[in-house]
Amino acid sequence: MKVWLAQHREALLLALRRLGAAPVNSLLSLLAIGIALALPAGGQMLLANALQLAGTTSAVPQISIFMAANAERRAATEIQSRLGKYGGVKQVRLLPREETLARMKANPGLRDVIEALPANPFPDAFVVTATDDSPEAMEKLAVEFRQWPRVEHVQLDSAWVRRLDALLKLGRTAVMVLGGLLGAGLIAISFSIIRMQVLTHRAEVEVSQLLGATDAFIQRPFLYYGVLLGLGGGVVAWLLTGAAALWLRAPLSELVRLYDLSLVLQSLGARDSALLLGFAAGLGWLGAMISLRQHLR
Amino acid sequence: MIRFDRVSKRYPPGVDALSDLSFEVAGGQMVVVSGHSGAGKSTLLKLIAAVEKSTTGAVLVGGQNVSGLPRSALPYLRRRIGMVFQDQKLLFDRSVFENVMLPLSIAGFPARDAAQRVRAALEKVGLGNREKALPVMLSGGEQQRLAIARAVVNRPSLLLADEPTAHLDSETASDVARIFHEFHHVGVTVLIATYASDLFPGAKRLQLDHGRLLP
Repeated sequence: MKVWLAQHREALLLALRRLGAAPVNSLLSLLAIGIALALPAGGQMLLANALQLAGTTSAVPQISIFMAANAERRAATEIQSRLGKYGGVKQVRLLPREETLARMKANPGLRDVIEALPANPFPDAFVVTATDDSPEAMEKLAVEFRQWPRVEHVQLDSAWVRRLDALLKLGRTAVMVLGGLLGAGLIAISFSIIRMQVLTHRAEVEVSQLLGATDAFIQRPFLYYGVLLGLGGGVVAWLLTGAAALWLRAPLSELVRLYDLSLVLQSLGARDSALLLGFAAGLGWLGAMISLRQHLR
Repeated sequence: MIRFDRVSKRYPPGVDALSDLSFEVAGGQMVVVSGHSGAGKSTLLKLIAAVEKSTTGAVLVGGQNVSGLPRSALPYLRRRIGMVFQDQKLLFDRSVFENVMLPLSIAGFPARDAAQRVRAALEKVGLGNREKALPVMLSGGEQQRLAIARAVVNRPSLLLADEPTAHLDSETASDVARIFHEFHHVGVTVLIATYASDLFPGAKRLQLDHGRLLP
C-alpha cells in the first residue's frame, strides 16, 4: 500500500512537472477548457438563482378570493371563518382592502393613479393554499368558493406556476444539453493534449516498458495530467462564473426590483462547485484514458 | 538459464534475421555473441528480453518460454533482466541519479533503500560523483557506464548488453569490459552482443553469420 501510494505521488509530481514545463501552453489549455465549462456552469448558476427567486414568490399554487367591492368587513370575517374550517384548505391569509391600498400606494408608478381615485377600489381578499394542489382539486375548490355569498371573483394562480415550472424545466434541459456537448469538447481537448504528451514522451515510455514498467505505471502520469487539466479547467470555469455573478449582481437586482421582487445573484453553491470540479476532473481523466488506449499500444 | 530451441525470426516482408538457432547458456556464464553487422546479434538479445517474439521455436529464460508470454507478464520478466542498449536509451531530461532510479521506481522499491542502491551502482561504475549531472554533460564512456549502472541496479540474475563498447576509444572500451567481467565474477549471467569479442577473454563464444550459428 505504501509503495502504491508512493508511486501515485511520483506520478502526480511528474504530471505537475510536465504541466509546468510548458507554462504558456498549459495556461492556454486550461483557459480553453475553463471557458467551455463556464457556459454550462453559468447556466446552472442562473438556474439555481431562478429557482431561488421562484421560491421567494409563490411556487405553491394558490387560489385568490376577492370579495365584492361593497362587501362589509363582517362578510369577509365570515368567509375567513368558513375557510378556516373547510376541509380542503391548508392555509388562509386575509388581505384587507386598506393594506392592499397602502401597498399599491407604496409603488411609485401607481401612487398618482391611486390617489386620484375618489375611494378605495380594492376589495378584501383571501389567498388560499389547498391541501391538495393538483389542478383538478384546485379547480373544484374554485368552483365551490365562487358560490359563497359576497364573493365576487375567484382566481386560480396555478397557471403561472406551471409556466414557471415549464421554463425551469427547459432551462435545466438546456444546461444538461450544453453540459453534455461541452463535456464532449473537454474530452476531445484532453484526448488531443494527452496524444501530444505521449508523442513528446515516447522515448521515456519505450525505456520504461523495456525496464519492466506495467501499463498502469506508464499510464499513471498521463492520467494525472488529464485529471489536472480537467480540474484546472474547472477552477477557471468556477472563477469565471464567480466573476460573472459579481459583475451581473447589481444590474440584475435592479431589473428584478422593477418587478417588485428581490434577488441577490449568487455564484455557484458548495454542491454545484464540487460537482463542477468533479465533473471536469472526471472528463479530463476520461479523455486521457481514451487517448492512452489509442496511442499507448 | 537460457535455452534456444530451433528458434527462427522472420521480419516482414520475409527477411530471416535468425534461422533454426539452438544453444544453451548456463547460469553464471559469460557469453559473447559476435558476427558481422546484420548477423542477428541484436535480434537474439531482443528475443531473450521478449522485445520481439520468435517466429518459430522456443526461447526459454529460467525455464519459462518467453515467446509465449502474455503482454501482462512481460514487465515481470524484464525486471529480472538487466539490459544495456546499443543506443543506451538514457533519459536526457533526467539526472544521472534519476536515470538509475527509474528501474527501482518501476519495481516499487522503498525510496530510502532505492537511493542506497542507486548510489552503490553509480559507485560501482565510477560515477559516484556525477549523480546530479544530466546525461548530456557526460562523455561517451560515462554515458555507457551510466547505462550499465541502470541495468544492474535491480541486481538482475541476467545481464544483456548490445554493442556496449561501440563508439568508445580502446581505453574506455576496456574499462567498460572490465565492469562486465566484475558482474560475471559475482555470479551474474552475462550475454554480450559485440563485434569486439577480444575484449572479453574467457567468455563462451557464439558466432552468428546471416542469422545462423556457426559451429
